[in-house]
Amino acid sequence: PFVCQGRSARLPSAVQLPVSTLESQAPEPLNTMAPNSIHWFRKGLRLHDNPALREAVRGAGTVRCVYFLDPWFAGSSNVGVNRWRFLLQCLEDLDASLRKLNSRLFVIRGQPANVFPRLFKEWKISRLTFEYDSEPFGKERDAAIKKLAMEAGVEVIVKISHTLYDLDKIIELNGGQPPLTYKRFQTLISRLDPPEMPVETLSDALMGGCVTPVSEDHGEKYGVPSLEELGFDTEGLPSAVWPGGETEALTRIERHLERKAWVANFERPRMNANSLLASPTGLSPYLRFGCLSCRLFYFKLTDLYRKVKKNSSPPLSLYGQLLWREFFYTAATNNPRFDKMEGNPICVRIPWDKNPEALAKWAEAKTGFPWIDAIMTQLRQEGWIHHLARHAVACFLTRGDLWISWEEGMKVFEELLLDADWSVNAGSWMWLSCSSFFQQFFHCYCPVGFGRRTDPNGDFIRRYLPVLRGFPAKYIYDPWNAPESVQAAAKCIIGVHYPKPMVHHAEASRLNIERMKQIYQQLSRYRGLGLLASVPSTNGNGNGGMMAYSPGEQQSGTNSNNSHLPGVSGSSVATGNGSGSILFNFDNEEQTGPRSVGQQQQQRLHTLPQSQHQQQHAGYHSVPDASQNITSSRLYHEFAVPQHPGLFLHTRGSGITGKRERESEREALGEEEPASCSVNKMQRQSAEVSPQSAEELATSFSSQDFLSEPEPEPERSGRLMQQQQQIFNVFWSKQGFLNFQTYFKVCSQSSREPGEGL
Amino acid sequence: MKRIKGGEEASSGESPPEACKKLRREVSEESEAKAAGESPLCDWSLLPQEILLHIFQYLPLLDRAYASQVCRVWNEAFHMPELWRCFEFELNQPASSYLKATHPDLIKQIIKRHSNHLQYVSFKVDSSTESAEAACDILSQLVNCSLKTLGLISTARPSFMEVPKSHFISALTVVFVNSKSLSSLKIDDTPVDDPSLKVLVANNSDTLKLLKMSSCPHVSPAGILCVADQCHGLRELALNYHLLSDELLLALSSEKHVHLEHLRIDVVSENPGQHFHTIKKSSWDAMVRHSPKFNLVMYFFLYEDEFGPFFNDEIPITHLYFGRSVSKEVLGRVGLHCPRLVELVVCANGLRPLDEELIRIAKHCTQLSAIGLGECEVSCSAFVEFVKMCGRRLSQLSIMEEVLIPDHKYSLDEIHWEVSKHLGRVWFPDMMPTW
Repeated sequence: PFVCQGRSARLPSAVQLPVSTLESQAPEPLNTMAPNSIHWFRKGLRLHDNPALREAVRGAGTVRCVYFLDPWFAGSSNVGVNRWRFLLQCLEDLDASLRKLNSRLFVIRGQPANVFPRLFKEWKISRLTFEYDSEPFGKERDAAIKKLAMEAGVEVIVKISHTLYDLDKIIELNGGQPPLTYKRFQTLISRLDPPEMPVETLSDALMGGCVTPVSEDHGEKYGVPSLEELGFDTEGLPSAVWPGGETEALTRIERHLERKAWVANFERPRMNANSLLASPTGLSPYLRFGCLSCRLFYFKLTDLYRKVKKNSSPPLSLYGQLLWREFFYTAATNNPRFDKMEGNPICVRIPWDKNPEALAKWAEAKTGFPWIDAIMTQLRQEGWIHHLARHAVACFLTRGDLWISWEEGMKVFEELLLDADWSVNAGSWMWLSCSSFFQQFFHCYCPVGFGRRTDPNGDFIRRYLPVLRGFPAKYIYDPWNAPESVQAAAKCIIGVHYPKPMVHHAEASRLNIERMKQIYQQLSRYRGLGLLASVPSTNGNGNGGMMAYSPGEQQSGTNSNNSHLPGVSGSSVATGNGSGSILFNFDNEEQTGPRSVGQQQQQRLHTLPQSQHQQQHAGYHSVPDASQNITSSRLYHEFAVPQHPGLFLHTRGSGITGKRERESEREALGEEEPASCSVNKMQRQSAEVSPQSAEELATSFSSQDFLSEPEPEPERSGRLMQQQQQIFNVFWSKQGFLNFQTYFKVCSQSSREPGEGL
Repeated sequence: MKRIKGGEEASSGESPPEACKKLRREVSEESEAKAAGESPLCDWSLLPQEILLHIFQYLPLLDRAYASQVCRVWNEAFHMPELWRCFEFELNQPASSYLKATHPDLIKQIIKRHSNHLQYVSFKVDSSTESAEAACDILSQLVNCSLKTLGLISTARPSFMEVPKSHFISALTVVFVNSKSLSSLKIDDTPVDDPSLKVLVANNSDTLKLLKMSSCPHVSPAGILCVADQCHGLRELALNYHLLSDELLLALSSEKHVHLEHLRIDVVSENPGQHFHTIKKSSWDAMVRHSPKFNLVMYFFLYEDEFGPFFNDEIPITHLYFGRSVSKEVLGRVGLHCPRLVELVVCANGLRPLDEELIRIAKHCTQLSAIGLGECEVSCSAFVEFVKMCGRRLSQLSIMEEVLIPDHKYSLDEIHWEVSKHLGRVWFPDMMPTW
């Protein structure tokens, strides 16, 4: 309906332009003449603070704003109807705003790489502008388009405006690696200049002589499609709780600031039942699609704070929401596997369960836990849930109750959540499942208690799960505990009208906390009884090394070392620049020192836990002394695949999979010569049976260290012990900010140990 | 291990041969060097077995396998018993796990050629019953070996519970009967029962030092008592609260018994309103007299109203974890009755600040060095006071940001400095993404 209205309303003015002539005989793109520009919208669906768009019209003769939509892709994509609707509303709003400037939005059906060359020719384009996309796949796509454009003689102008900062600068400041704790990120941010001011909104004045040639059949060719055209069934679709578009975003930001000003309290708002509901001041979907500029938001917040608090400068916490977003963008920008567990250098490998039925129950709001189901219903219906609600359902799916991979949850959010952005979505899921970012895991949100604490009356539940409406507040979070009479009175029998709880939460959390503890103890090599010490130094706990940190140290001698290593792939995460100061330094020594580095390193690493944790030497397992287990060859390979430091937990075998492998193995196993024939099989095996020497496994069942690590051999102990201690100190004092690659490399050395501190 | 990249065939195929190439290259360089000098007959296959063994011990299985292809001597070395003492069987089904499984043919080989060498064995099993059954099948075949440690580990939902009990028991007792010097046994979440524990005791009572059997519903208090009575070397024990009894503690503190080092108790509520028995203070006292340094680790997964029987008397807990909401009142009792407390983790509490409770804990729990607070509330000034009282011995301090309620004395921006000052190191509250 929008589109049709727009079209008819627009026709007269379209006619005013000499449309057909422009289309057929546009001016030649002579260098001396004003250029013809395309501005390519992707995110950044706005006219305010859009520096790339600003560049498109600067001195240009014509400008065309395009958006690419692949209608075939739309229907089959993983994105839900709410997100598509939001996008289409954004596009309609853009089109409407452009019309006010006598321009239009061109929605192009197809793929950019296929269509651009034709557009360049047809429209005699000499300038292409777009907003910088920091995400790995976006960067790849943009590089390809840039190349296309260059080949067609088209100048390309790219401007950063989706994030507050140039992410590469943050990474550079951190010694070439993205910061992996939020605290570290804040520290870096505080050292940077404030973000650039928003640029002027596109206006008639800015357009100047720049025009948009619009044909009479623009609507048919380039109009914004409807949901139906994209293949969505819109019958019975309730109206959008979050209407898309820049206009709406700008209204909301004013309301948002008014409310903040009225509250005059810039600290985090305290959670209550109301915060769970969609708020007309909510901004996250608008930031996601770029209907709202994060810089505009940033500076409006700053101004307001200064106005209300008088002459005091705003704390970083004022920008919390924006900075979290920025943090995840920074963490993801060079990591194409940021949304995966396998092959993701910052992700802890956790042996998640595969359980499609349980996953479906979670996604379809049939867990039998009203708190979880109400949130999932809200998500599906409206496309947004409060961040604490996200924590609740994410914890429930992963480390809290179901022990299902965060990747599965991420995919569901990607479909349903309006503000789900590749980086932010994956980052949040890794965070919430304690798969990365040195997150303490002790705290599991209770699917009963957490909701009750937030909304004691249970109104949120009743709103989204009307079937439970009749339950009194006492039982609404755990209706299965309600006496039958109460269930009957509520006209809802648990197990009939509403499912029974799908897990025994107490039992599940007992199991899961134990598993997380084992995994983190293995990572941190901590084997004491404490739970909290299993997670090394989060947010400056532990040794508070963050302050002692200087990025220069981290970089020391890494690049040069890296270069001689075989198999360092070109992937940006794989390069490991600046990542492994400690290990790479070891590597250095190998070249100069007489002893094999593997041995040295092994020695050093080996004693880490001894110093870290008061070791008890009851030693009631006879442990042969030769159980050292890191070898130079291993070290060598360690670096050969630096992007895979996470392997130590549960390692997948070789990439060769499936039937062929099995067959070849069987073939190889043929008979006789067992050793040689089993190489294939071993290849996999070695990954799984971590190459620890046998004896060490003995230690693994003990939660304390009294099963003891072998003493270093006497001849080596003296000087080496000292060195180890030093390395150890460096390692531990810094790991709060040293990134995971380093950390995991060190840890993966140690994984030769049984680890499994049972 | 590291070189095998999941899903990337090229490099996973590349590296190991590269390792060999490197080796060969080094070998040839060496011989060339030698050739230039005197003896051209330097042969790596002449490396003495002991040295070879030593080297092989550093190598992961895969590297050993490749090395074993170099020559006959190395191939023999590959099979040296010393290299097969430890094995971790990973039993996963593609439908239930993202992880790969130990290849069945390798399992066969190990059972055939090396089962008598195995000493330290663990099974990592995913959530499927097939995997658990496969583990039982392997266990039943371990007749020739003398295991020292055995671990049955469920990496996801516990699947041993779904195996027919008789199948599981017969497999496990094969190990008990044949391995007469078991020292560590981890069989959490399995259907082990009293009679099978009797078999364990009959065959391994002299050697058993560690027994972990949390959530084994078929074991009775009498069953575990039998273990404690007979196995005087037991130092570590993990079980659920329903198996804990005064008799058990007294048995563990008998004169014949070595010092206990670690007792882990899980208190899990099966159904709401469940009643729990109490343990006499005198039993705990006996335990502490016998093993003054023992660690008592208790994990509570109870509803708030089920804490009645707990913390009314002094209890020698060292590590305490409350997995669900726990009342102010109970935490108040913790402050009074847990003088040996080292670590306290509270996942959730009500909406009233825990100020007095924390101060009391700081005052009475003089060993406390680690604390974690989840969904709780504490006023900033009480928190600072708490930290001040504990001082630098608080090596772990993990407080969710939401826990701290600003008051007239401290704002949120000020508190981390104040706390850092008392801790002697930089400290921040834990944060969660607000996105």
